Formats: sequence, C-alpha cells, structure tokens
Amino acid sequence: MHVTTGIHPQAASAPTTKQVEVLDRVVIRFAGDSGDGMQLTGDRFTAETASMGNDLATLPNFPAEIRAPAGTLPGVSSFQLHFADHDVTTPGDAPDVLVAMNPAALRANVHDVRPGGTLIIDTDDFTTRNLAKVGYATSPLEDGSLEGYRVHALPMQSMTVEALKDLGLSRKDAERSKNMFALGLLSWLYERPTEQTEKFLRAKFGKRAAVLEANLRAFRAGWAFGETTEAFPVRFTVPPAPAEKGLYRNITGNTALAYGLVAAAHRAGLPLALGSYPITPASDILHVLSGLKRLGVTTLQAEDEIAAVGMALGASFGGALGVTTTSGPGLALKSETIGLAVALELPLVIVDVQRGGPSTGLPTKTEQSDLLQAMYGRNGESPVPVVAPSTPADCFDAAVDAVRIAVEYRTPVLLLSDGYLANGSEPWKVPTAHDVHAVDPDFATDPNSTAADGVTPQFRPFLRDPDTLARPWAVPGTAGLEHRVGGLEKADVTGEISYDPANHDRMVRLRRAKVKGIEVPDIVVDTGDDSDAHHAHAGAHHEASDLLVLGWGSTRGPITAAVREARRRGLRVAQAHLRHLNPLPANLGEVLLAHEHVLVPEMNLGQLALLLRGRYLVDVISCNQVRGLPFTSTEIVEAIEDVVAGRVRETPRRDAR
Amino acid sequence: MTTTPLTPPSVPLGLPTLRSGTHGVPALPEGVRLGKKDFTSDSEVRWCPGCGDYAVLAAVQGFLPELGLRKENVVFISGIGCSSRFPYYLDTYGMHSIHGRAPAIATGLVATRPDLSVFVVTGDGDALSIGGNHLIHAMRRNVNVTILLFNNRIYGLTKGQYSPTSEVGKVTKSTPSGSLDAPFNPVSLALGAEASFVARTLDSDRKHLTSVLRAAAEHRGTSLVEIYQNCPIFNDGAFDVLKDRDESVARLVKLEHGQEVVFGAEGSQKAVVRSASGFGVEVIGLDEARASGREVIVHDAETADPSLAFALSRLDEPTMAHVPVGVFRAHNRPTYDDEVRTQLDAAREASGRSRQWRATDADLEALLRGSDTWSVE
Repeated sequence: MHVTTGIHPQAASAPTTKQVEVLDRVVIRFAGDSGDGMQLTGDRFTAETASMGNDLATLPNFPAEIRAPAGTLPGVSSFQLHFADHDVTTPGDAPDVLVAMNPAALRANVHDVRPGGTLIIDTDDFTTRNLAKVGYATSPLEDGSLEGYRVHALPMQSMTVEALKDLGLSRKDAERSKNMFALGLLSWLYERPTEQTEKFLRAKFGKRAAVLEANLRAFRAGWAFGETTEAFPVRFTVPPAPAEKGLYRNITGNTALAYGLVAAAHRAGLPLALGSYPITPASDILHVLSGLKRLGVTTLQAEDEIAAVGMALGASFGGALGVTTTSGPGLALKSETIGLAVALELPLVIVDVQRGGPSTGLPTKTEQSDLLQAMYGRNGESPVPVVAPSTPADCFDAAVDAVRIAVEYRTPVLLLSDGYLANGSEPWKVPTAHDVHAVDPDFATDPNSTAADGVTPQFRPFLRDPDTLARPWAVPGTAGLEHRVGGLEKADVTGEISYDPANHDRMVRLRRAKVKGIEVPDIVVDTGDDSDAHHAHAGAHHEASDLLVLGWGSTRGPITAAVREARRRGLRVAQAHLRHLNPLPANLGEVLLAHEHVLVPEMNLGQLALLLRGRYLVDVISCNQVRGLPFTSTEIVEAIEDVVAGRVRETPRRDAR
Repeated sequence: MTTTPLTPPSVPLGLPTLRSGTHGVPALPEGVRLGKKDFTSDSEVRWCPGCGDYAVLAAVQGFLPELGLRKENVVFISGIGCSSRFPYYLDTYGMHSIHGRAPAIATGLVATRPDLSVFVVTGDGDALSIGGNHLIHAMRRNVNVTILLFNNRIYGLTKGQYSPTSEVGKVTKSTPSGSLDAPFNPVSLALGAEASFVARTLDSDRKHLTSVLRAAAEHRGTSLVEIYQNCPIFNDGAFDVLKDRDESVARLVKLEHGQEVVFGAEGSQKAVVRSASGFGVEVIGLDEARASGREVIVHDAETADPSLAFALSRLDEPTMAHVPVGVFRAHNRPTYDDEVRTQLDAAREASGRSRQWRATDADLEALLRGSDTWSVE
C-alpha cells in the first residue's frame, strides 16, 4: 500500500538530527481548561494524523459548562486520540501520553495514563494557589508523585509569550496561543505534517492578522522547540495503517449523520427539511445542515422540540423528507408528534443523539439509555423502527438506512446515535453518490381504486401496498387525490374516521405488521474462526462458540477490541452487533440460541437485555456502565473472563423456541 | 403560475391590494370555476345542532371558490377540539393533527411548499392554552398561513371546562367556585406577538365573516382571525348581545381602514378618540367629539406601528359594551417562508448556480469529500 497525502509537510521534510523511533500505536490525551482550546488542538492533531494514513479513533470529553472557573477540576476539557498502523476500534483505554496545560488537567487525568507513560506538562500555572485550587498540597512536579512516568515539565505558556513578544500583544492575548505551541511540539514529536494546520489557521483567522500571526508563530515555535531542545532526544512515528484503496477523510459522527441524511434525500429525489431545536450533543447536525442551503437543504430552528418535529412532519406531509434532531429530553417532548406520524403513516426521521439521563442528566456525556424510550415512549401501540449506528463513520450509513425505511414504509424512524459517536471521529472512505442506496418515494399520482359503482375513480389513502403494507403518499397539489389524515383512528383502506372496535384492532395490528415486516439484513456473527465473518445460517454447521458478545450502537469499538483481546488470551468468543433494534434481524433468535452464553454490554442498565429476554426468553448476561464515557475494552474483557470462568450465575436456561 | 386576482370583499374593509397571500399558488384554468359543492367532502358533519361551527364552515366553503385556486393546492391543518374537526368536512388536503401543534406543522409545510394556500383551524383552548407557544411564534415569524381561531370561551370537546378566554369567575365543571385566572384578549395577544394581519368577526354575520376571511386569505403572512363562535351546549349565548339586531348596533365597533371609528345607532352614535390621559383610546359620544373638537380616530390597519390597533383591541371589556370587529391590522412585511426560500436561492447563486439549480451527484460528492482528504492507492 502506498499513501499519498498531497501534502509535503514542512516538518516531516525538514532536516532532523533526532533519532526516530517507529511505534505501532499511540494514545494521546490533550487536557486543559475549557477555554484553552483543547478540542481544537485535538481536532487539528487528528486531522494531521488522518492525513498520514493512520487509522484512528477519538474521544472528546468536555464539561457542560461553557467556561467553568479557570483552573478548577470541573473546568477540565480533554481530547483523546488513538492512532495506529493497524485497525483501531476505540480511542484507547489508557493514554500513553498526557498533555496537561495546568494542575487541574494533570490532576483530573493523570490516573488514566498507563504506567510509564509520558506527561508533557505546562508548568506556568503550577503556582501554590492553583495547586491548592485542585487539592494538591505539594507540587506533583516536585514531590515525587509522578515518578512512575516520563515527565516533561515545560513552561509552554512563557515560551509562547516569548515567541510572540514583538507582536505587541498583551500577555493575556499571547498566552491564548499556548495550545498551538503544544500542538506544534506534539506535531514535531510524532512527525505529523503541519501544512494543513497552517492552512486551517489561515482560513480561521485570515481576517484577523494579529491573531493569525500569533497562532502560526506559536505553532512553529512549539515545533522548533522540539527540534532543538535536549528534552526530547527521540521523535516517534507511526506508519500508515493498511486500508482499502480509495479516497479518505476524517469525519465525526454528527457530520457523517448530517451527510447521510443529505445523501439519502438526494438519492430519493426529495428536498430535505430539518426542524430542530438546539440541544447538546445533537446541535452540530443542525449547524452542518444549515450550511447546506446551496444543496437545497431547508433548516428551520423551531421555538421548541415539539414545534421542531411538527415542522418536520408538516414538511413530510408536503412531500419533503422531514427530519428532526434532538437528544433524550427532546425526544420525550416529541413523543406525541411521533405518535401522530405513526398514525398518519408518513416518512419522518427522528435523530436522537443520546446523552446521560434522566432529565438534563449529563448533557455532554454519552449514554445508551434512550433505547426503551425510542421503542416504547409513546401512548398506544405505536411501533417505530429503530436504527443505531455503531461508529462515527457508520452514522452516514445508518442515516441512509433510516431514510430508506422511512420513505419506503411511510413511517417515522428513530435513529439512535450517542454523544460518543457524535463528537468522536475516524477515517472514512468517501462514498460516491451511487454507493448511496436510492429509494423511490413513489408518490401517488392517480386514484388507486374505484367507488362503489365500480367505475368512478377514487383515492383510498389507506389502501396498502401488499408487500410493504405502506400506504400511498399523496401530497397536496396532486389533483383528484384530496384527502384528510389525522390522529383519530381511521378505517382500513378508506381512511375515514372510525371508532369500530374490529377496525381499531385490525389497524393496530396492521401498523405493527408493517414495522415487523421491514426488511433488515440478518445479523452476522464473527466467530473468530477465520478472517471472514460468518453468516449465522452459513455458520450453523460450525461448532458454536461458548460465548456471544452482542452489542448495539457505539459499543461496537470497545466490544471488538475486547473480543480480540479475549481471543488473544485463548478464549472462544463470538461477536455480533445490532444495527436494527426494531425490527430485530430475523435470525437473531437462532443466533442467541446457538450460544451457551450471551453477554450484552450496554451503556445503560440493561435495556437491550430486557428486550431480548422478553422477545426470545433467552437469559442474556448484562454488562453495564453509565459513567458518561464509552466502555474501555478492559472492562469488557473482564466481563468476558467472568462469564467464561462461570463467575456470573445465570438462571436455568429455557428453550426459547 | 399566475397570481390570483383579488376579488373585492363584499363588506368594505377598506384594505389596499397587497401582494397576495395566494401568490405562487396555481390558479384554476381560465373559465373554470369551482363552487361550494366542490369544497364539500363526503364526511358527515358531526358538530352539535346549533353549533356556530356550521356557519363558519358554510362561510369557508362559500368563499374558497372565490379565491380562484385549484382545490388540490388548498390545505387545512387543525389541532384538537371541536373546531379542529373542520378539515374533515372540506374536500381539500387536510390534517387533523394534535393538540396545539397545528401552527408548527403548517410552518413546516409552507416553508417547503410555496404553491399551497394553507389554513390553520383552531380554538381558544387549542391555540391559546396548549398551543400558545406555537401560535405566538408563527405570528412573530410571519408564516404565510391563515389562522381561524374559533373562540367560544369554553372547552367543548372535554365537556365544559373554562378556557383561557373565559371571563373571570366562570363557573364550570372544573371551577365550581368560579375561575380565577384572567383571560387572554386574542387580538391583543396577536398584536403583541407581531402578527401582520389580525381581525375579529362573528359566526353569525355571514357577510362580515366572509369578507374578513377573504381578506385574511389574501394577506401574505400570518393572518389571525378570531371568530366569536357560540357553543350551544356548554356556553350558550356567550355572544348574544352582539347578535341581537339592536344591541349589536350599539356595541359592535366595525373597523374599516381609512374610516373614522364611529359606531352606534343613528342619533346616539359614539366615536373612538384618543384618551384624555394615557396612551389608549376611549369611547365618547360622536356629538361630544364633534363639539369639543376631539379628533375621531381614523383607523389605519396598514401602518407599521401596531400601537393604535392594540389600543383599539383594549376597548373590549367584560360587559361587551363596545366590541371592535373587523381588520385591526394588515401590515405587509416579509414572510418567514418566503425568506427561507430566498436564502436557499441566494446560497445557490453564491455558489455560482442559478436559483433553479438542483444539486447533482457531483455536488453531493464534493460535499462528502470536503477539503481534507487523502488517497490510499
């Protein structure tokens, strides 16, 4: 494999006198105050790393407060990046390197760093007062408490100020560029190309010459410091990871999701209309889509969550692809309108970027605890298909899938992303337009029936397609198909208001049958027996693994890493991951029964486990955590070992068939 | 597409011809006319006998043909309540949605469909209680919809609880000791929420109702029409004093743009003048006004400043001694949905495309690639 970046990095091509050590993987965490620009620093380092052709995964982690008091533990913001010369599935359990911009950042993060890891610490803020603020009685730089680490204590802030001294900036303004100094240093240390970052800074600060100059200088000063100082005798490099031929970019889950909606709408020939109310961590989807007016994307920022979904539904009624984006609290508010969409049987995509709950919960942290709300959080029998992406880039494909189901089956669809997927990023092989599933909206244009006289053409708004059970989508402006829809129960076929008991029973069952009948691919089980994943049916003749680890959504990365590790330790472990939570894949029951044990890791207290137990009478074992962070692979490895060692007791197993 | 010619209202409302609310909505072919029957659906009307809704339905079915629009381009969206059954009875496109949310749903529809004439049908509970938020935001945005607010000052469909327009002290099933909360004045509320067209009319005055509805439909932007409507079951006679031939003359202040605001029977006519103290208006005898030289208010519905319209809306008081009806405000300002589309057009033009441009596969692929890519070969 050969990687061309189209970039000729000044840094990488500059003569270096330092020894270069080749690593297969590195986990770096940048940590500082909320106002220190750690997210930007992490983003830029990620972009540089992506363009080197490394595989990577990221974990931004920041507080809900915009600017918590400076130098305090609640104000610490961090960004973790795992990059490697091989396939990466998680942002890494323990950082190899921690960049800490102040005592609070050190205190909040140092315990996560692997033993023997590297600490690069900006010492300028290590004053008695700042140390005391975060509960350090003595300076960790001096009291020996960091002995187990390789410590680089550097006055980065002062060096930044020194590098900018003739720019006429106040000390405070000059200090603001210290994150670029750190980025420059780390770019040097890991041989990252710098040209894209300079280009980025020019685009971002182009109109503010002084700010641009300060950022560029600080960035270059950091790089030059690495090259000249004795403190870093060795540079590191991580060679590119093998990847399929093609064009790549780095992408976050929220951007991928937004692009998936745009691409799917484009391929369906439908205008995309988003109704949204800002909410963390979903707002970036609104931000991305609101910048795509040139592509015909309409975004309406509503007065509240209820109006947002109402606007989306109104747009769908008119023949657009209506979409609304939110997080858990917003989904709660939208539930009545989603129920209306179930009754109207119109396409609608509801995106829930899950966060910690209940109530306001942990706005900036991840969780998977809206599954039951998505499944059942409405009055009446109100079935809604549920689709969950499993990685940041997969948000694109999941969005395309959600649109396909919504349009083809005339139904609201819930797309369950989460905070980790939303803000995390990974390399993405950019698809062409024709890689995106095309769906035909198949608008009704003519009457589909005749009146009692058998001659007069008539439109029956609830006469269903026999295959999909979808009803016709006749939009206003279509002559002869005028009809009324509403939330009151409708008579089968005619759509007239009906309070008839038998009709209601029939309609409830029809709506359920429609959703149950949605075509979703069979779940694929990776048995680890060879490099190919085995289809459940094809795998039936294989000797089944004792243990299946089954996940959904964003736990895919940590589960994959954990299963690999368990196999390295000689355990027979199979893995499968659910994209479709409703309807569940047709072969799922069979897959569950083919394994002695089923372990279900979830960032909730067992919501999928409840569904599986209820549906299949299978005694699945839950592995749960709700700390607002993704699983570490270690946690799941431990759970696997517990199950294998018989440390988790199950109730006696019943035959689910 | 052609612009629908504006038919002069049968009751003079004194309104100027503005860019039509139905501009962009396809008109019927030359020579084709629809009638009331064309707008009447097969659904059996299920309101209580004597309900004021019948009169409004008849008026709407009567005036819709006059708009000269294709009926497939007319949409009625309602919320929940007695009045919200309205869409079922019209042979147009329609949606009977959920409680209070019709304005939001209509906003999504008009923002994406410039070729539709969209009406929202709602009641005092639906619009002003559970849906208050959506109502005010639709009006401040100036979404091009015509909102018919049926005000019977009671909750009918839930069988007779007081509503946000019920008078203080209303004794109902849920308020056996009398209601405590002060009512909204829907016209004042709409004016405060920046509505560009605000009117009030009565279910019993077919001619006035029709004229106001037509003016509302032809206004571009949010038109809010409060319709006093009698609930014969739970609040019968609420507006009887305004329906009695003699009483109504003495009480109804019929606003006409460009005309002095005077009312009352010959010989005992009254005039609305600026109040002697404060910023409002007050009612005095017309003769007294003439004699004292106090200037009678000349109604200006078009003016950008809604203060006078607001002052007129405050003439209401519980005894209904004088009740202004007609068009309080008909001011032209940009509509939200037009501006949404203008931004899309501008963005296409800014990217070197024509306004009619529709994204191609190449446009999509350029978006997906972004600016930071690398190739693996």
